[in-house]
Amino acid sequence: MSRFLKVAAVASAAVLALAACGGGDDDSSSAGSSGGATVTDAQVQAALEKGGTLTVWAWEPTLKDVVTKFQEKYPNVKVDLVNAGTGDKQYTALQNAIAAGKGVPDVGQIEYYALPQFAIGKALTNLGTYGAESLKADFNPGPWNSVNSGGGVYGLPMDSGPMALYYNKEVFDKYKIEVPKTWTEYLDAARKLHKADPKAYITNDTGDAGFTTSMIWQAGGKPYQVDGTNVTINFNDPGSQEFVKVWQTLISEKLLAPISSWSDQWFQGIGNGSIASLATGAWMPANFVSSAPGGSGKWRAAELPQWTAGSNASAENGGSSLAIMDKGANKELAYGFLKYANDGDGVQIRVDGGAFPATSKTLADPEWLGTEFKYFGGQKANEIFAKSAQNVVTGWSYLPFQVYANSVFNDTVGKAYVSDTTLTDGLKAWQDQSTKYGNEQGFTVK
Amino acid sequence: MAVPQLAAPPAVSPGGVRRKRRSYRAWQFVGPFMIVFALVFLAPIAYSIYLSLYRNRLIGGNAFVGLDNYRQALEDSQFWSAVGRVGLFLVVQVPIMLFLALLVALALDSGRLYGKSFFRVTIFLPYAVPAVVAALMWGFIYGSQFGLVGNLNDSLGWSLPDPLKPSLILASIGNIVTWEFIGYNMLIFYSALQVVPKSLYESAAIDGAGQFRIIRSIKLPAIRGALVIATIFSIIGSFQLFNEPAILRNLAPNAITTYFTPNFYAYSLTFSGQQFNYSAAVAVVMAVITMIVAYVVQLRGTKELG
Amino acid sequence: MTTTTVEPTVAKGRPPVTLSSKKRRKGSITLTVLTSLMALYALVPLAWLLINSTKTQDGLFSSFGLWFDDGPFALFSNIADTFTYDDGIFTRWLGNTLLYVVAGAGGATFLAVLAGYGLAKFDFVGKKAVFAIVIGAVAVPPTALAVPTFLMFSKMGLTNTPWAVIIPSLISPFGLYLMWTFAAQAIPTEMLEAARVDGASEFRTFFRLSVPLLAPGIVTTLLFTMVATMNNYFLPLIMLKDPDWYPLTVGLNAWNAQAATAGGEAVFNLVITGSLVTIVLLLGAFLLLQRYWQSGLAAGAVKE
Repeated sequence: MSRFLKVAAVASAAVLALAACGGGDDDSSSAGSSGGATVTDAQVQAALEKGGTLTVWAWEPTLKDVVTKFQEKYPNVKVDLVNAGTGDKQYTALQNAIAAGKGVPDVGQIEYYALPQFAIGKALTNLGTYGAESLKADFNPGPWNSVNSGGGVYGLPMDSGPMALYYNKEVFDKYKIEVPKTWTEYLDAARKLHKADPKAYITNDTGDAGFTTSMIWQAGGKPYQVDGTNVTINFNDPGSQEFVKVWQTLISEKLLAPISSWSDQWFQGIGNGSIASLATGAWMPANFVSSAPGGSGKWRAAELPQWTAGSNASAENGGSSLAIMDKGANKELAYGFLKYANDGDGVQIRVDGGAFPATSKTLADPEWLGTEFKYFGGQKANEIFAKSAQNVVTGWSYLPFQVYANSVFNDTVGKAYVSDTTLTDGLKAWQDQSTKYGNEQGFTVK
Repeated sequence: MAVPQLAAPPAVSPGGVRRKRRSYRAWQFVGPFMIVFALVFLAPIAYSIYLSLYRNRLIGGNAFVGLDNYRQALEDSQFWSAVGRVGLFLVVQVPIMLFLALLVALALDSGRLYGKSFFRVTIFLPYAVPAVVAALMWGFIYGSQFGLVGNLNDSLGWSLPDPLKPSLILASIGNIVTWEFIGYNMLIFYSALQVVPKSLYESAAIDGAGQFRIIRSIKLPAIRGALVIATIFSIIGSFQLFNEPAILRNLAPNAITTYFTPNFYAYSLTFSGQQFNYSAAVAVVMAVITMIVAYVVQLRGTKELG
Repeated sequence: MTTTTVEPTVAKGRPPVTLSSKKRRKGSITLTVLTSLMALYALVPLAWLLINSTKTQDGLFSSFGLWFDDGPFALFSNIADTFTYDDGIFTRWLGNTLLYVVAGAGGATFLAVLAGYGLAKFDFVGKKAVFAIVIGAVAVPPTALAVPTFLMFSKMGLTNTPWAVIIPSLISPFGLYLMWTFAAQAIPTEMLEAARVDGASEFRTFFRLSVPLLAPGIVTTLLFTMVATMNNYFLPLIMLKDPDWYPLTVGLNAWNAQAATAGGEAVFNLVITGSLVTIVLLLGAFLLLQRYWQSGLAAGAVKE
């Protein structure tokens, strides 16, 4: 045994040295972004002229064209666009790189729900330093609120997902189902459809944190209240309860297709009519076209059903920003890229590529509004989306640890979809587990 | 950390040679392996142990907490439910898989099989299929709406249950693992059978022993070492179950929790919750449990050897 | 495909088959049928892969999975698309995988052969601990080691380089075990003693005399390490950010995940075809090594 110990001792001595470095790094990462002097547009412009190399981590497909055009305009800048994974995969990579203190990109794509977590973790640069406040009017209020966190601006909105109801008109017509105006009518439509064709469902749902929070958002619920490190979580508020009432009935009466979104079965269902509608973000049309070609011409877009008849409330679902990493190297240059891609010429390039913009100018552009969608039988769907974008309910906020909370959604709320657990109990369990985590992480969660 | 001594293969002992010079010579051969091993296994393990003594929080930074993480792990009901789940998996899936693998190996070895090399390649092939691909294929087969299960229910009027529902998911994962690893274990057993001197069978046959008698009295005892090592590797594999649940989770998010297996729990803690420190403690506890179980199996395996 | 029904190879050390046993070892239909069931179990999912690689993206979603669809036979266009999609990055991934397999599996085999030989043929200080430590370390869940390994490699500047994939692939505990048992049996100790008496250096003896005897075992270890390197997914995923360094597994998964992003294009047909190409390549490597299998594995077995 002594020989084993000897080997182990050598190995651990080597590691302690390494570990010591690791420990030191943790300290510096919490040092935070230095405020410093305000950077002017002229300085940013100078940085763009001077050039350099930028590393951008993003998975959004239309950025490729943006980068090409950007480099044409600023020939001295070389942009290294890296797809480091989608969503939480990329966040993992970012967190690893930040922890290691090496290989951190200059710019990262971060979804709105995850932005507060990175902001509070001091991983991002406050763009207030660069005068980002002045860009407020350029963006829609929904996405602009999403990049504001704790008094700072931590990213520029890249795209947004004002919600709409997409439905398969062919199926609706076949069973003489009216497009629902309220969620109660939606419930009736679900019953009618499933009764007429037991293989068809009004929609699919196996429990999706982003969808659930968006629905509660639209219902006027504010389950998360965040004030710095003081956080309140409460799913007993009226908005959440509105959602629970309708959705619990859909679950109990088995009116939801047990198919997870983005699976091959999902695309099949969209294409063959057995999933008859989807309530989701305005970025969906591009996915319809490329991934469920079988449904082309049959689908339409409509305004989201309402919780109160006659109102026009909407919510955001998904959407992401570009943010400048605190540990990135060339921040002036990075800000120049952000402005180009999300506020400047890049916006049109991305819209042409099928993305849904976050800029108010585009949303008012008659040409854009008049675009006819072949997939939707020539419908001018952007009019619906633009309206939705303007009616997003204000005052919503995500948790500063939403990435974690969403990861345990199916452990808790998910039970309501596959067992006797009620949605209310599931949400309570979700609330409890999020609260526990928040407190462990040093927040004060009530 | 108590490291069990496992069935070390027999070595030739030269006896009475100058030990010191031998040691130097031997380390010339063993050294390179051990250096790389120390870099990619021992160093991260030691680093994990170091990490497990700290707690890093989003607010408030890093602090030494001693054995707090271990205390928390021992009281963590999610962790123990994960351990229980892989325990059940181990008790049911490993014997089935090893038994089937052994049957195939014996069939191949019997010399009474038509198309032997075809079977050998075919049954080994699933082991070579990358997990991503395997998950795609099985995800299709398990689909109860438009997948193969759904197709069969529709066209033949069957009512197969949804393999991805919570009560069946462990069995469905067991099936994938069995599919992947039968061939691997089959090759280990088959190769062991190959060196059993055939003269033993001849004389047994002359003495009037039947095929089953020969299998029981000669073949199985002869490959016990291989059986023990395959069992130990399977135990470790079961305790580390990760790929299959991780990939199937996209299709069955409610049936597969973030604490479905201990390894998956450690992964979720690290990657969704950034709880590196606690995750490291969970991993260390799990490693100790794995070693104890492997040690017990090895003790029993060698004891029966006599 | 190998559908040879004759099995002429006789493993090393196996005494020649006698006449009487030849008579007894007639093929058994029952046994063959039963084994066929196992083969069927192994093949059905692969058949799905083969059948679906002949379908277009559209056809995939609108046809019965275990049979060909009415649409165009798209196997060849799928293969062509797989190699040209995204500026032909698949070819690059293929090359990377080849590099990782050659360097990783080759290196792992080399280290395992050296160490296995050392363990089998020398009596030395620390010997008993080696195997115990190796197995003990294997018991630690690898996902938990990913982050510490990443942080270390990052400090050493190895992340996002091929080294980050190759170095961890260099250790194959099972390969070590295999070579240890193999060397213990295949190399007569007397031969080594004689070489030492003649004054040959240990390495000379090893390379000139022992390696040829170890060749079958080496091939077997190579086979296992090759499969392991080829299936390597989790570590490259953590270590590599640049798609130009992805191995096939990570690349195919990235294609698969692409469908789940806003504006992303679903290319399931290319994922399936790419998988098929990957498996076919592995199968080719198997068949090449096949001839060595029997004798190699034979002696690698545990013998009482």
